[in-house]
Amino acid sequence: MLDSLSSSSFFAIALTLLIWRIANALQRKTRSVLLHPILVSVAAIIGILLVSGIPNSAYQQGMKPFSWLMTPATVCLAVPLYEQVKVLKKNLPAILLGVLCGTLTSLLCVGGLCLLFQLDQTMTVSLLPKSVTTAIGAPVSEALGGMSAVTVAVIIATGILCNVFGHAACRLFRIQDPIAQGTAIGTASHVIGTTKANELGPVQGAVSSLSLVAAGVLTAFLIPMMYKIFS
Amino acid sequence: MKYLYQAGIIFLFTFLGEALATFIPFPIPAAIWGLLLLFLALCVKLVRVEQIKECSGFLAALLPVLFVAPTVNLMEQAKALLGSLPAVIAILLISTFLTFLVSGRVTQGMRSKGKEEQENA
Repeated sequence: MLDSLSSSSFFAIALTLLIWRIANALQRKTRSVLLHPILVSVAAIIGILLVSGIPNSAYQQGMKPFSWLMTPATVCLAVPLYEQVKVLKKNLPAILLGVLCGTLTSLLCVGGLCLLFQLDQTMTVSLLPKSVTTAIGAPVSEALGGMSAVTVAVIIATGILCNVFGHAACRLFRIQDPIAQGTAIGTASHVIGTTKANELGPVQGAVSSLSLVAAGVLTAFLIPMMYKIFS
Repeated sequence: MKYLYQAGIIFLFTFLGEALATFIPFPIPAAIWGLLLLFLALCVKLVRVEQIKECSGFLAALLPVLFVAPTVNLMEQAKALLGSLPAVIAILLISTFLTFLVSGRVTQGMRSKGKEEQENA
């Protein structure tokens, strides 16, 4: 009986939402970069699962009906995109050139470092799409013989990295222009980064949404091409 | 009633995105097709922002929470990576911030160049 309760969707979703609320309150109080709501929630949930002995698989099973909202929630990024359409149109060449250069940097950098660290081809293919949204990255990796579980893991890690340190990175790299900030976040860290860009401002959010779409489509074209050239 | 109608419109575009993703043999996911279709519909005024405003705001606010469960799942996948974990972490850090730097600075450079030209003209 306990088994069926531990994989209850209401348990998993209530746990996640309530912890999210506490994590947000903590963030507002402390304003600390490291007490990021996603990181705090994840740490708290892992702790609760370990202490209570509920397996991660039961929690994941319980979260399924909630995760189902991922696709419509991403579709809704069209609204902020539309609300900033004038700014986007005016700056389209600058944004797209930024996305192109960023995407090429990502692919060449990951490919080069994999050679340097002597990782095998399966691993390299799994790591290449790390800067694009999971739904583009995972099938691209799988089609070329990569491990999609590894791809999903590095994609999420990349997104969290920029969601946590995106604002600090803008300051460190002296990227003050809101449009450039949006391009950097969207190109480097897809949807997870974009939620941070939305917090920085509506312009950053819209540019980040546009950049993640452009970077995703570009990556889906470029990785198979690179693969043909290099193997 | 209003919110149900809004949800209906959003789910319709999500479904249209799924349909395109099924028929077009290229790894572009339903979410991206749906986003593009809804954006086009807004541009040609087929859908007005007021018709989806509250519901889309709610879903967009939910987006970061949706990434909590997949991140919890990372702990399982970290085991599969264990052998090459240090290399993977190094690649992750270097390439992510380099990509960030290049895309941000290229766009910023283009923008300030554009401004200068406008001022000089």
